[in-house]
Amino acid sequence: MMLQLIWNHRIEITAIILFAVGFTTLLLHKNMFKKIIGLNIMDTGSYLFLTSIGYIEGRLSPIVVNGNTEMATYVNPLPAGLVLTGIVVSVSVTAVTLALTIRLYKIYHTLNLDEIYRIVHKEQEEEL
Amino acid sequence: MSFSINFPLFLIVASLISAVVCSALKTKAARFLCLFLTAASVVLNAVLFLYVYRTGQRFTYMMGHFPHPWGNELKISVLETVFSAAFSSVLFLSVLGGKKQLEEMMRPLKRHYFYTLCCLIQAALLALVYTNDLFTGYVFIEICTIASIGILEIKNTGSSILAAMRYLVFSLIGSALFLFGVIFLYQITGHLLMPNVKDSIAALQESGEYHLPLMAAISLITIGLAIKSGLWPFHLWMADTYGSAVPSASAILSGVISKGYIFLLIKIIYDVFGTKIFYASGFHRVLLILGAAGIVVGSVKALREDDIFRMTAFSSAAQYGYIFMGIGLSPVLGMQAALFHILVHAFTKPLLFISEGYLSDNMGGAKKFHSLQGAGLFNRMAGNAFLLAALSMIGIPLTMGFISKYLFGVAAFDLKTFGTVCVLAVLAVSTVLNTLYFARTILRIFRDNDEPERFKTVRIREQRSFAFAAILFMAMNIACGTLAKPLIDILARGMMTF
Repeated sequence: MMLQLIWNHRIEITAIILFAVGFTTLLLHKNMFKKIIGLNIMDTGSYLFLTSIGYIEGRLSPIVVNGNTEMATYVNPLPAGLVLTGIVVSVSVTAVTLALTIRLYKIYHTLNLDEIYRIVHKEQEEEL
Repeated sequence: MSFSINFPLFLIVASLISAVVCSALKTKAARFLCLFLTAASVVLNAVLFLYVYRTGQRFTYMMGHFPHPWGNELKISVLETVFSAAFSSVLFLSVLGGKKQLEEMMRPLKRHYFYTLCCLIQAALLALVYTNDLFTGYVFIEICTIASIGILEIKNTGSSILAAMRYLVFSLIGSALFLFGVIFLYQITGHLLMPNVKDSIAALQESGEYHLPLMAAISLITIGLAIKSGLWPFHLWMADTYGSAVPSASAILSGVISKGYIFLLIKIIYDVFGTKIFYASGFHRVLLILGAAGIVVGSVKALREDDIFRMTAFSSAAQYGYIFMGIGLSPVLGMQAALFHILVHAFTKPLLFISEGYLSDNMGGAKKFHSLQGAGLFNRMAGNAFLLAALSMIGIPLTMGFISKYLFGVAAFDLKTFGTVCVLAVLAVSTVLNTLYFARTILRIFRDNDEPERFKTVRIREQRSFAFAAILFMAMNIACGTLAKPLIDILARGMMTF
C-alpha cells in the first residue's frame, strides 16, 4: 500500500528531493560556484514537479491535428508555459549571480564566501 | 467604467519601456525620466484612488482579451491604489533626496543605470501590488530581486558586492519557496488566478480533501515572502546590506521593496487563502511569535551597534517584526495596524537613511557614532530630518509612529489575556529600546564638535533637492500623524472591498 503510493508519486518525490538538495547546497555551501549549482538544482526540482503535473498519460501535446478539437485528447498547455517562464527567470538570476561571483573573484581572488567575509572584516577593522 | 482603470497597466508598461530607454540616456535625462515616471505614478494612482473610493467597488482588469479563468488579470481596489501611490512617492523622494551621494559614489559612466533599475523596481512593485495572478506575482518578485541586487552593488566596492551576494542568496531561497508554494496550489486547485484559487480552496476545505498540500502551500508561501522581506530570524543579510549600499538604495530597499513583498503576502492571505482558512491554520501564530521576537532582538542588536547605518538596519528588522506581528494578531484590527505600519515605515525609514547619508558625508564619510559628533549642527536640515524620523520611529504623539503603536495596542486585545499582556509588554519594551538607541544618536549628532573648524557648515540652498525631499517626507509624516482618522477609515474601507 505504502510502496504503491510512493511508486505512484515517484516523480513528485524525486522533485522534492532535488529541491531539498539544491536548497541545502545554496544555503550551506561556502563555494560560490557550488551555491549557483545548488540554485539550479533547486529550480530544476520545481520545474520537474510542474512538468509532472502537466503530463497525463495517453494524451497528446496541445496542437490541433486532423481537426480534432475534443478537449480530452490534449494535455493542458499551461504547466509547460509556466516551466518555460520559470526557466527564463532562473537563467537570468543565474547570470546575475555569476556576474557577482566574477566581480568578487576579481577583488578577493577566492571563491570561498567565508574567506571573503574574513578579508572584508579585516579591512573594515583596519580602517578604524 | 471609467478610463482611469487603464492606468495600472499603462504605468507598468511605461515603467518597463522607460527602464530600457533610461539605459541609453545621459545621467541627467535618465534621472528626469525616472523622477517624472514616479511622479506620474503618484498622480495617476491618486486619480484612480478617488474613482475607486467613490464607487466603493473592486474592479478586475482583463489583459489580452481572454476572460477568466484563462487570461491574466489585474485587480484594482482601494488598498492597491493607496499602496502603489505611497510606494511610488517614496521611490520618488528617495531618488531625489539621495541625489548627491548617487553622483559621488558611482562611476560617472554607470550613473544612469541606477535610474534604469529604479524604473524596473517601480514596474515590478506596481505589478506586485496590482496583479491578480499568482505566477505573475512570482515573475515580478524575481524582477524586483534582480533590480534590487543592481542598486545594492552599484557602488562597486568589495563590501557592497559581498552584501548584495548575501542578500541574493536569502532572496533566491525565499522566491524558490514561494514558487513551490504556488505550484502546490496550482496542483490542488488547477488555477492561478486568485479568485478562482480562492473558490477552489474553499471547496476543498469543505470537503476536507488535500488538507496537507494546502497547509504546505500556505506555509511555503508565507515563509518564502517572510524570508524575502527580512522577518527575524531571516534578517541576517540586513545589517551588511544597508550598511554598505548607497543611502538611496538602502532607502528604496527598506522603504518599498520589502514592503512590496509584505503587501503581496497580505493580498494572498485575503484573496487566495481567505482570512478564515489562514487564521484557522494556526500559521498566523508563527508570524506573531517570530514578529514579536524580531522586535526585541532587532532593537537589542540596534542598541549594541556603533555604526549609524547598521543601527538603522537592525531597527528596520524590528519594524518588519511589527508588521508581521500585526498580521499574526487578528484578521481585522491586527491587519489594519500592519497596513498602517507599512505606510509608517515606508515614510520614515527612507528619510532616516537619506539624512544619515548627508550627516555622514559632512563628517568625511564617517559612520561610527564618535566621529559623527556635531553632524546635526553642521547640516541642520539633515539633523532635523533625522530627529523627526527618529521621533516617529519611537512613537511620539503627532507623528505617524504614535498612531501605529496605538493601533497595535488596540489590536492586542483581540488575543486572550496572556497574549495581550505579552504583546503589550513587547510594545513597551521595544519603545524603551527604540528611545534608548535613537536618543543616543540624537544626543551625539547635536553635541558641539571639539574641532568645529575641520568641518564646513552646509546650508539648505546647497542641497535643494534633499531639502525638498526631506520636507515632503516630514510633512507627510506629521500630516498622517495628526489627521490619522481619515487614513485609518480609508484602510478599513479598503480592507472591506479587498
